[in-house]
Amino acid sequence: MRFLTVSGPPSSGKTSVILRVIEALQARQKKIGVVKFDCLLTDDDKRYADKGVLVKKGLSGALCPDHYFVSNIEACVAWGHENGCEYLISESAGLCNRCSPHINEITAVCVIDNLSGINTPRKIGPMLKSADIVVITKGDIVSQAEREVFASRVKQVNPGAIIMHVNGITGQGAFELTSLFEDASDIETLKGKTLRFSMPSALCSYCLGETRIGEEHQTGNIRKMDI
Amino acid sequence: MNHNDLFHRPFDSVLAEHPYIEDFLSSFGLEVEAEEDTLEQYLAGLNPDHLEDLGVSATQLRSSLDEFLAGMLAIQHPLDKVESLTIVGGHNKSGVAENLELTLKPGEVVCIVGPTGSGKSRLLADIEWVAQGYTPTGRKILINDQVPDSKWRFSTEHKLVAQLSQNMNFVMDLSAEEFIRMHAESRLIPDAEEKVRQILVQANELAGETFAPDTPVTSVSGGQSRALMIADMAILSKSPIALIDEIENAGIDRKKALELLVREEKIILMATHDPILALMGDRRLVIKNGGIAKIIESSSEERKNLQELEELDNKLLALRNRIRSGETLEII
Ligand SMILES: Nc1nc2c(ncn2[C@@H]2O[C@H](COP(=O)(O)OP(=O)(O)O)[C@@H](O)[C@H]2O)c(=O)[nH]1
Ligand SMILES: Nc1ncnc2c1ncn2[C@@H]1O[C@H](COP(=O)(O)OP(=O)(O)O)[C@@H](O)[C@H]1O
Ligand SMILES: [Mg+2]
Ligand SMILES: [Mg+2]
Ligand SMILES: [Zn+2]
Ligand SMILES: [Zn+2]
Repeated sequence: MRFLTVSGPPSSGKTSVILRVIEALQARQKKIGVVKFDCLLTDDDKRYADKGVLVKKGLSGALCPDHYFVSNIEACVAWGHENGCEYLISESAGLCNRCSPHINEITAVCVIDNLSGINTPRKIGPMLKSADIVVITKGDIVSQAEREVFASRVKQVNPGAIIMHVNGITGQGAFELTSLFEDASDIETLKGKTLRFSMPSALCSYCLGETRIGEEHQTGNIRKMDI
Repeated sequence: MNHNDLFHRPFDSVLAEHPYIEDFLSSFGLEVEAEEDTLEQYLAGLNPDHLEDLGVSATQLRSSLDEFLAGMLAIQHPLDKVESLTIVGGHNKSGVAENLELTLKPGEVVCIVGPTGSGKSRLLADIEWVAQGYTPTGRKILINDQVPDSKWRFSTEHKLVAQLSQNMNFVMDLSAEEFIRMHAESRLIPDAEEKVRQILVQANELAGETFAPDTPVTSVSGGQSRALMIADMAILSKSPIALIDEIENAGIDRKKALELLVREEKIILMATHDPILALMGDRRLVIKNGGIAKIIESSSEERKNLQELEELDNKLLALRNRIRSGETLEII
């Protein structure tokens, strides 16, 4: 089973791009599963189910969705394997810019859009900087020159990645992206694999449900600004 | 030069010669003080906890910098010359073979015509991605009579193809001049300032209405932005092939625009239904049902009509300008 992790800021076009790839894979008679991770709410599972692929949805609620991802992804991979999927794709929204679902030796994709501003590539952490493939969407809305400037900003923070433009609506470029999915790592289990980058350590009183503001309520891993 | 040497030379002189290294480091949130002797020592001296806060590990930073420098040095090397582009026919949507092999040379202009949905954009995409028989059309693209190196396909430094798409909006909050400068800098153009100046002059010549260098890109007109992008493509882009997908014609001197691109010795493919552009092209590929159904060479009889078409066009342009300046059109 080929497994890929797809991440990216909210509304960057992850689901749209994955759907276009699914269409291309289905044209090649492939059996596909998708695992969708989000925080509070998502309708993406329905968009995937409409395509006739197997879907699992996980909502992290009060936890950081990426922490939740790591604790569940091994079981999801086993689920995909048991169900005979030839491709398993995980979609997770990068909400904290510092966590990243990418796993060593597992093809990692980051989706980012042309409209997010030229400084955004710098602000996104390991989710972008350690990805193997960076997909830039919404190129239809901006000029060629602006696409090039944006891509050069992405290249600056992740010079080793394959950077490509895909239109999440028309699917332009999705065919070529699919050919990269076909080269993704072929695995049976995630046992023994490691994350590409550690997730932030935090365990302060607020992690444990504290709501009161004030020095006396702050315990555990606390860091103070220089003011 | 081998970029590995850069790691071992004095850091301050490396920074002076390659200022983009500072930009690279600051894009990871690092502060650059050229105190240490070499770049290698600077990297070794970074605090791992600080790097972890910035979301990058020392090994990843080092390998990213390595790739980045390799790319930056590659950008400055000239591209292998493209002498020809060959489209080896595939099949149309019904699977009927195209049976053709079409070779284009620098300076040639080919128009692509056909109804919506017939496959014009797909043909342009086959060229952009250097198709090798695996796209829905089964076409193959050869460069200099050979299957090109796969480096063409995903390279950001050496793009084979520059594409002007239908949409020319901007979202960046910059003036026209700042924007073009940023584009030039991202491509490490040596005489950037001079190129920026030329582009703005050319764009103003192509656009019906002139605009100042400090006009925000978000407020230029449709015609002005098309003029700006064509001048930018002609002067900044090193890509030997230019693809133009149904750009609107209004508000821009099409003849000059095409001449500007041809002068740069590019191979130009253009999806268009504009009679003037179509006649200026050397030939027209007629697309039907996903396949190239016919190739029409622009004949001298057709070309004779070009002058008349241009007169018609100029007449319309003059009328448009009169409307714009508040005149009435009782007499035309
Ligand atoms: N214009 C344009 N819109 C896009 C493109 N890709 C996605 N979108 C739109 O962006 C919005 C968010 O897309 P979605 O795939 O749900 O993003 P996700 O939250 O990252 O999964 C939707 O309205 C899409 O239709 C694109 O390439 N061009
Ligand atoms: N030879 C072909 N075989 C199969 N599908 C094709 C072929 N040529 C084009 N298509 C598909 O037809 C659709 C319309 O083509 P497109 O290039 O967008 O048309 P146009 O730009 O002329 O409006 C696209 O989905 C494209 O992938
Ligand atoms: Mg989504
Ligand atoms: Mg089209
Ligand atoms: Zn987090
Ligand atoms: Zn906490």
